[in-house]
Amino acid sequence: MSVLQALDIGLAFVVFAVAAWTVFAPGAFAATVGYVVYGLLLSLVWIRLFAVDVALTEAAIGSGVTGVLLISAAARLRGAETAGREASVSGPTRVFAGVLCALVTLALAGVVLLLPDEGPSLALQSMQHLPETGLGNPVTAVLIAYRSFDTMLEKVVLVLAVVGVWSLAADRYWGGAPGEARAERPEPTLAFLAQILAPLGILVGIHVFWVGADEPGGAFQGGAILAAMWIIVMMARLTEAPRTNAFWLRLALVAGPVVFLAAGVAGAIFAGGFFAYPPGFAKPAILFIEAFMVLSIAVTLPMLVAGPPQREPRQ
Amino acid sequence: MSVAVDLFSIVAIGAGVFFYLAGTVGLLRFPDALSRLHALTKADNLGLGLVVLGLLPRAESPLAALKLIAIWALVQLAGASAAQLVGRAVRRKGSAA
Repeated sequence: MSVLQALDIGLAFVVFAVAAWTVFAPGAFAATVGYVVYGLLLSLVWIRLFAVDVALTEAAIGSGVTGVLLISAAARLRGAETAGREASVSGPTRVFAGVLCALVTLALAGVVLLLPDEGPSLALQSMQHLPETGLGNPVTAVLIAYRSFDTMLEKVVLVLAVVGVWSLAADRYWGGAPGEARAERPEPTLAFLAQILAPLGILVGIHVFWVGADEPGGAFQGGAILAAMWIIVMMARLTEAPRTNAFWLRLALVAGPVVFLAAGVAGAIFAGGFFAYPPGFAKPAILFIEAFMVLSIAVTLPMLVAGPPQREPRQ
Repeated sequence: MSVAVDLFSIVAIGAGVFFYLAGTVGLLRFPDALSRLHALTKADNLGLGLVVLGLLPRAESPLAALKLIAIWALVQLAGASAAQLVGRAVRRKGSAA
């Protein structure tokens, strides 16, 4: 057994241990911290599987943004948790849920074990047609060219999620700003971190989006990094979340899917197929679409974290 | 020359791993939150710094080396800020109790 194999097996055991700890952790906050660690370990696993794009997404979205979302949810639920409402779940329900989970796990294990040794793969075709897209990163080609419709719908789902969060607001707050107001004197440590990190993070986010055409990276990862920078600036209360009825905000939220859809329709007219790109013009078209998706993702994720509107809209 | 570089990497990364180990032992064994933070920040700071130092001669290009240093600097910034925030929260909780 080589050193790398031993490390892989060790990594797998640590992932298992952290997953188990997340399930049995006392309280939602501890479980969330476990989940974040679990996500970071998973991104190491993806790197060992040579899927750097997936590793970046897992670290940025699976662990980072989802982690913040869950931690703020855990903080809101803290009151309910200490009131001991959890104990109200009856024994049979717990057993039933446990059995269902075990069945799903067994089914997944069965599927993995029954896979043919040489699984069906479209890797060869996707590499063959890569030059036609003008891209160097096959993952970006899959996302924006081969299965662009799915990617567009994923963005629509994100916008729907924001609509869902906003609709939790009380009627009188509709259109108002979520989260806390800008602080006169922000917490100094967090403000310092945000002021140093945000300019660097914005640079890194744009870089990750730009190199995504040829190397691991892309719109989703870059957008998530930009989103994280806005989240940290809002967390430090250097700035406050915008009013949810602000026109520019709503425009930025839908810009990605709208531009994507428009490009798809334009493809049907000019390139002979829905979501087809004209030959020789594929790469500029893809980068153009991606730029708007970065914008939408960078606005959508912080709005999910900020939560429903909590203040009355100023007239 | 390459033997010297290898030796340098091994010593630096080995020392870095030692600081991580010491930091982890401290995190598990120290009695209260503030001294645990103290142990943890040493691992971040010196441990990662030495690992990066050991990796520097192996970087493919000067740009890659610069990225390694940037990663170390960013981890320092995040680690120091998080330690400050946790320390402040611990103190506030302690004074309230």
